[in-house]
Amino acid sequence: MLAVRAGGGFGLGLAFFLIVVVLVPFGVGPEASVLTRIAPGILWVAALLAALLSLDRIFALDFEDGSLPLLATSPLPLEGVALVKGVAHWVTTGLPLTLAAPALGFLLNLAPSAYVWLFLSLLLGTPALSMIGTFGAALTVGLRRGGLLMSLLVLPLYVPTLIFGAEAVRLGSDGLDPITPLAMLAGITLGSFALLPFAASAALRVNLR
Amino acid sequence: MSIWEYANPKKFMTTTTPMVPWVMGLAGLLMAGGLAWGFFATPDDYRQGSTVKIIYLHVPAALMAINAWFMMLVTSLIWLVRRHHVSALAARAAAPVGIVMTLIALITGAIWGQPMWGTWWAWDPRLTSFLILFLFYLGYIALWEAIEDPDTAADLTSVLCIVGSVFAVLSRYAVNFWNQGLHQGTSVPVATGERTVADVFFYPLLVCMVGFGLLFLGLVLIRTQTEIRARRMRALEARMRR
Repeated sequence: MLAVRAGGGFGLGLAFFLIVVVLVPFGVGPEASVLTRIAPGILWVAALLAALLSLDRIFALDFEDGSLPLLATSPLPLEGVALVKGVAHWVTTGLPLTLAAPALGFLLNLAPSAYVWLFLSLLLGTPALSMIGTFGAALTVGLRRGGLLMSLLVLPLYVPTLIFGAEAVRLGSDGLDPITPLAMLAGITLGSFALLPFAASAALRVNLR
Repeated sequence: MSIWEYANPKKFMTTTTPMVPWVMGLAGLLMAGGLAWGFFATPDDYRQGSTVKIIYLHVPAALMAINAWFMMLVTSLIWLVRRHHVSALAARAAAPVGIVMTLIALITGAIWGQPMWGTWWAWDPRLTSFLILFLFYLGYIALWEAIEDPDTAADLTSVLCIVGSVFAVLSRYAVNFWNQGLHQGTSVPVATGERTVADVFFYPLLVCMVGFGLLFLGLVLIRTQTEIRARRMRALEARMRR
């Protein structure tokens, strides 16, 4: 199931992430101290939007070609399907973003002490983004042009993840201890993976009825 | 005699129709009385001047904005567990009332904040969580509107309401962590019973709170009845086409 996700979805989020990070200095000016200060927030917001970009692909293609009902009737429970879809989305967007983010930190003059925390916070936080997005995609799968609605539904759900993620990097770049927000981030991710597959599969069942 | 009898739409209609004028009349009376009392019969605060009087709109609206979401959560759970259509329609009816209450709280807060804090908007935890609550309401209403089949819409919005409640609480703690903020703590803590509002301001506020609560109840009843009638009309139209 992981392997079948071929096509343009893979590079799109990464390219978007790169473009946003490259464009920001043009917008706010090249002053190094300003960039250092806003880098944690910009990197996290860009990663979040890049993850959002590819969410509607999670179920839409399967819904259109009719393989979603097949998945629903397969021996694997639908909760498991939702979980695997979330993991697959993370592997194709969250993981590349996490790996690319430190390199893009150089462009934004990120403080040297923050690199390891940027990497760790994205590693802990982006799975939650994927799983919450899977739930949003499951809610709107039956709708034509559900993309905008899905963004509206998913963005408020992303707020806690964004706050703790960006806060961890900011504390790290100020030389403070970022363990508390990292622990909260890990908690959100674990909680999402434990509970949201049930909500997502409930939504899928309603949409397939 | 059980509360579930009112899940029957006919029973609900016959019980609530005579209630509505009383509830709305009492709400109007209490709100008019409370607001008039608050605006004209209380002294100006010695530091805040007359701006303190916006409390009679701001606090009850904020209270009902949160309680409306809580009511939607309860009715959503009842719909998912017991499949009572009135429950789902009540949740649908409460959402626009709740979003208006949220807007009133945000706008009156901005009007008060301009002279007091010197700014219309600050990224303070309470203000930010209300903005997030506003977005949750917006998404919930949009999802209701986007789906044509009423049962599908009720199911999906119920799931969204439950998940959204968890994340709304989470956001509240997250923004607290993120910024310590300007907004004062609650003036009327229920748990400890110690309030920071003087009696002369508190009693009219209490009247306004009860008035807003009744207004919310009345509006939700009217809107639920409208939804039930609209659904009956659709059913009749569908029967005529056959």
